[in-house]
Amino acid sequence: MSEMVTLTIDGKEVKAPIGSTVLEAARLAGIKIPTLCYLKDINEIGACRMCVVDVGARSLQASCVYPVSEGLKVITNSPEVREARRVTLELILSNHDKKCLSCVRSENCELQKLAKDLNVDDTHFEGASNHYEIDDLSPSIVRDPNKCILCRRCVSICKNVQTVSVIETNERGFNTIVSSPFNMALKDTPCVNCGQCIVACPVGALREKDNTDKVWEALANPELHVVVQTAPAVRVAIGEEFGFPIGTRCTGKMVAALKRLGFDKVFDTDTAADLTIMEEGTELIERIKNGGKLPLITSCSPGWIKFCEHNYPDLLEHLSSCKSPQNMFGAVLKSYYAEKMGIDPAKMFVVSVMPCTAKKFEVERPELASTGYPDVDVSITTREAARMIKEAGIDFVNLPDEQFDDPMGDASGAGVIFGATGGVMEAALRTVVDILTGKDNENIEYKAVRGVEGVKVAEVEVPGLTLRAAVAHGLGNARKLMDQVRAGEADYHFIEIMACPGGCVTGGGQPIQPSSVTNLIDLKAERAKAIYAEDESLTFRKSHKNEKMMRLYEEYFEKPGSHKAHELLHTHYVLRENYPEECCK
Amino acid sequence: MSCSCGSTCVDPKAQELQKVIEKYKNTKGAVIPVLHEAQEIYGYLPLQVQKTIAEGLDVSLAEIYGIVTFYTQFSIYPKGKYNIQLCLGTACYVKGAGQIYDRLKQELGLDKDGTTKDGLFSLESCRCIGACGLAPVMMINGEVYGRLVPDDIPGILQKYRDAE
Repeated sequence: MSEMVTLTIDGKEVKAPIGSTVLEAARLAGIKIPTLCYLKDINEIGACRMCVVDVGARSLQASCVYPVSEGLKVITNSPEVREARRVTLELILSNHDKKCLSCVRSENCELQKLAKDLNVDDTHFEGASNHYEIDDLSPSIVRDPNKCILCRRCVSICKNVQTVSVIETNERGFNTIVSSPFNMALKDTPCVNCGQCIVACPVGALREKDNTDKVWEALANPELHVVVQTAPAVRVAIGEEFGFPIGTRCTGKMVAALKRLGFDKVFDTDTAADLTIMEEGTELIERIKNGGKLPLITSCSPGWIKFCEHNYPDLLEHLSSCKSPQNMFGAVLKSYYAEKMGIDPAKMFVVSVMPCTAKKFEVERPELASTGYPDVDVSITTREAARMIKEAGIDFVNLPDEQFDDPMGDASGAGVIFGATGGVMEAALRTVVDILTGKDNENIEYKAVRGVEGVKVAEVEVPGLTLRAAVAHGLGNARKLMDQVRAGEADYHFIEIMACPGGCVTGGGQPIQPSSVTNLIDLKAERAKAIYAEDESLTFRKSHKNEKMMRLYEEYFEKPGSHKAHELLHTHYVLRENYPEECCK
Repeated sequence: MSCSCGSTCVDPKAQELQKVIEKYKNTKGAVIPVLHEAQEIYGYLPLQVQKTIAEGLDVSLAEIYGIVTFYTQFSIYPKGKYNIQLCLGTACYVKGAGQIYDRLKQELGLDKDGTTKDGLFSLESCRCIGACGLAPVMMINGEVYGRLVPDDIPGILQKYRDAE
């Protein structure tokens, strides 16, 4: 344990480790200091001045960056401190587009909550205000600088955590703006659409591109057969939008709500996750046996794929040719399912509910239309699905549990754990090890690849081979691993990469928890617990034990990696230049 | 600098920039000195120059652009043949630099800092240039004009136009 110092906060003696901040010490003592720009481990820059305290210095100090010291006396709640915080907040509000009633973040806005908590009067400073154009050209992310309060949380996550770095604090003084270089639209930058900036934003300056209108329109069209698929991570988070505690599994209620919205069928993307394991597992075994390009790297995460296309164009051959489960499922629905049900695929509309904003970009990729129609027509986030359920007046909380529809309704536990970092790896190992050993192995929990550590590695003994695997989540961690691959220093057989820290459970399309929550608990771990609980609750926990999916092979694809499977379930990647421009003339 | 036009253009400025990047590549805090020298080479810092610097120093373009737009001495637009730097610092401002600025914009046909269409003049408002005794003060290509009143402006500009 690190050395402790004793300080006094509001007359109360507190012991805190050397190197911690006054804010952290106050939290240990149960004293709440308001914060706004502070995101633990991500944005600790003392910029917004909301957390100022009196430490007996010449001026008030930002407690989120002020270190504790022996004998320090701190006052967090004097008239001077309260006034300073209030004036700062009023100044922020004076240049904030206060359209709260129609703001997507209303009631989940950290600025709104602070304004209420600090009892501000927003009419004190009616000075100039900035008016900027909204950037809504990206298929995934909408940026409204008029609502931006310059906290820099998005900048930090984009630059330091994801190492994508396509937004910065530009200009200065009153003209300061968070934007892309040369004020380009996000779609013209190497933005990977991960949406981590959205979940970091305390206000409504960043949000997902809303596609709910397109879904409502399809649902209202009697000509269309409208089906929906939901990703594994959605069920363990959507409840938060309706007041359930973090980590509540709401699979049955979610299915019931989607049926009430009017979808003709509600399917589980996990089924396609099982399909992914069969295809990707086969690809791995073939590459190992035939001296193919190794390590094989997963391709489920569209944010990761675009990141790789921009930053590691020389390593694209390492990517699995498998489509993501979302698109595999779309292709199966518009081929096998359409044939089986006698539905014209032109009259079929496939919606996906995803924890992800990059999926919106993915569905627009022109190569992902194996049947001649887009695999998936519209992708919406968990947040958008929740908004639709609210708009329809569905009483989510009191819904009965209902089941996914047949004939694609079953998924194994392996499909479920795709939602957490390490899940695809674990699911793949459950199947690949069975195939390579020729046995039905009972030991199926690969705990080395679970958890929130940035890069995880595991070794599994199979006949004639020590299978080496690595898992990275968050693109900063992916970059570390990929630099090793590029340098020839990574002798793994198989690598799983997820763009978002924590994997899909904490994806950019998931319900947004305020910093007052995420600074205290590890959201990644809490939601992942629910994923693993769901896995344990299922009878079949290996992809190849999913009988309905195996029937799909018998009836349609013949075997994993078949010609037909390649036509429908596999894809290719493209080179993407960063900030492309005209020739140098 | 990458080029996709197919022709083999050898750009001496680009070569010079590469030398500058090589010189600073492994030093800490390389961005600002490289930007300085790049601006001396090109006169300004357009997208392609910033991109080359970003790639050369392994810093994101977003970060480079953030630095360029923070400091007024860096420009992303080409400067005019005659660059007018008008001080809007406190001393000059209280002595009427605001009216000088308005008159300059009017005479040059600009609505803010920028370069005239003919490329002859660029207007750049700046902070204190250390000549408060001469407030309000401006410099044109280093030549100092002090104790200005708005009506001085047309004559001063004409002098440069006549020189053309």
